[in-house]
Amino acid sequence: MTDETTPTAVEVNCETQEVTTRPLTADEIAAQAAAAQAAADQKAAADAAAAAQAAKLAATNQKLIGLGLTQDDIDTLLAAAKA
Amino acid sequence: MAATYNLISSQVLGSSAASVTFSSIPQTYTDLVLRISARSDFSGVVENMMFSFNSDYSGSYSDTALRGNGAAASSVRDTSALSIYWSAAGNISTSNTFGSAEIYIPSYTASQYKPLSGIGAGETNATTAYMGATAGLYRGSTSAISSILISVGNGSNWLTNSSFYLYGIKNS
Repeated sequence: MTDETTPTAVEVNCETQEVTTRPLTADEIAAQAAAAQAAADQKAAADAAAAAQAAKLAATNQKLIGLGLTQDDIDTLLAAAKA
Repeated sequence: MAATYNLISSQVLGSSAASVTFSSIPQTYTDLVLRISARSDFSGVVENMMFSFNSDYSGSYSDTALRGNGAAASSVRDTSALSIYWSAAGNISTSNTFGSAEIYIPSYTASQYKPLSGIGAGETNATTAYMGATAGLYRGSTSAISSILISVGNGSNWLTNSSFYLYGIKNS
């Protein structure tokens, strides 16, 4: 039985089909934490870029409304542009 | 007719685990395919499912990812990643839904850097779901891939019944 506070690693040996369950080593925990942080940073950057793009689109939409277009006009233009 | 798509090994978790590794991968196939259905204990919608080869965490991965959640789309490029990741379901996704991913690794025994491609989805059946497509490259070594580690990025564990299948593709 493993310590429930220690993450567990499952390893499948493809040659023998033997399955081994063991606690992660300190090095493995550190390496995975670093990789996880890097992945989280990458996703945060992607989310921030997507949010900025959405905000820019919303601002542009408002500018068009300010010029007198209706939302229906804008949607029609966008649909035509995507076609 | 030759069997060209063979199940090498699989693992369906009977209890939670932080990572699943396929080791001693036979070098007798042309390409590899990973098919995964997974859910983690992360208290969010989307878990980062991370892949590492040959126990290498040295920043030798690069990837370009496209992602969308139904409201916005984004693209990211990372040239020195510690792993390559796809979306999976986190633990506030709709109960009992699992994220899914398929990763194709061509020419995994060739003496060259290892390209790969994949698609993945973090399902919720509710408000927000992520899907992503990734093109990746492992540049740590030109050695054949002999092990693949799939680990959680945000949470602590893959939950019970998460399933991992490794297939070998032969070209004849």
